[in-house]
Amino acid sequence: METINLTESQKKSRRGRNIALGIVLLGLVVLFYIVTLVKFSGGMAG
Amino acid sequence: MAVIEHHDTAAGSGEVYLSEASPRDFFELLKPRVMSLVVFTAFAGLVVAPGTINPFIGAIAILCIAVGAGASGALNMWYDADIDAVMTRTATRPIPSGRIRPQEALAFGLTLSAFSVCILGLAVNWLSAGLLAFTIFFYAVIYTMWLKRSTPQNIVIGGAAGAFPPMIGWACVTGGVSIESVVLFLITFLWTPAHFWALALFKMRDYEAVGVPMLPNVAGEWTTKVQILVYAILTAVIAVVPTVLGFASIGYGLFAAALGLGFVWYSVGVLRMPEGDRAMVPAKKLFAFSIVYLFAVFSGLMVDHLIASFGWV
Repeated sequence: METINLTESQKKSRRGRNIALGIVLLGLVVLFYIVTLVKFSGGMAG
Repeated sequence: MAVIEHHDTAAGSGEVYLSEASPRDFFELLKPRVMSLVVFTAFAGLVVAPGTINPFIGAIAILCIAVGAGASGALNMWYDADIDAVMTRTATRPIPSGRIRPQEALAFGLTLSAFSVCILGLAVNWLSAGLLAFTIFFYAVIYTMWLKRSTPQNIVIGGAAGAFPPMIGWACVTGGVSIESVVLFLITFLWTPAHFWALALFKMRDYEAVGVPMLPNVAGEWTTKVQILVYAILTAVIAVVPTVLGFASIGYGLFAAALGLGFVWYSVGVLRMPEGDRAMVPAKKLFAFSIVYLFAVFSGLMVDHLIASFGWV
């Protein structure tokens, strides 16, 4: 397996992208949770 | 330390590519300023539409429309990277400046397109999702790949992509398309040529340099100025139609008419601009006013609807 060492700048940008991706994934979890609650409550009310 | 895959190395060169793109660079791919206009007009469609929508679902709908619009912006930047690199207005964008590779932008745009359409379909309804998918396709393929480089009427037909959001917002609430939502579509559709050709007038040398057939380069300044005035008049007329059709009050009608007169007034200023004027101050003024105009018209529609809904008048 071939590897290389990242520069500080590359590490920093990769960390930034990872954090942003984590926030997006967490946002999607919350979004689907809310949609499920709203759809279920709407279904029960109907 | 990072593991190297074969696709990280440029063919034959042995050089390793490792991205230094920040989340801000990817956000820039979404064309945030265009996105703000899309969000605003989509929100207006959502508010003005008859009926109600759960506030959370409404917020998700706006988010999906915004992300879908941003995705089409990313696809546009991917395809147009070659001409963006030449024009001063766009040379600092993430791809021409080398911060993001074209294939990264393509993957980003396609992923966001798929996610925004699917989530809108699952959370709201599939008609609005279909309209969003068509909007992305229209902007990325019909406008960017086909019309933009082939006809000086590119912005007239391509403007439809920017005009769909209020119709999508309307469809999110009602589940359908009606004459009222078509009028909301037409307001932005007819506004776009006057708005964009004002910009094209004072940026015509940029477009000429990259060979994009914008109207001022192909048909000349005078024809462009006349067409700007024609579209400004059409926009001013269509913006009053909500009152004529009865889904906005006379108060809104008077407000839209006054704004329309302002729009036409600035367009006449452009028409009277001397041929070959380098500073093009009237064109810059019209461009700035056109943005205020569209925000004001849709704000007026929303305020009018809220006043009627709460019975304040």
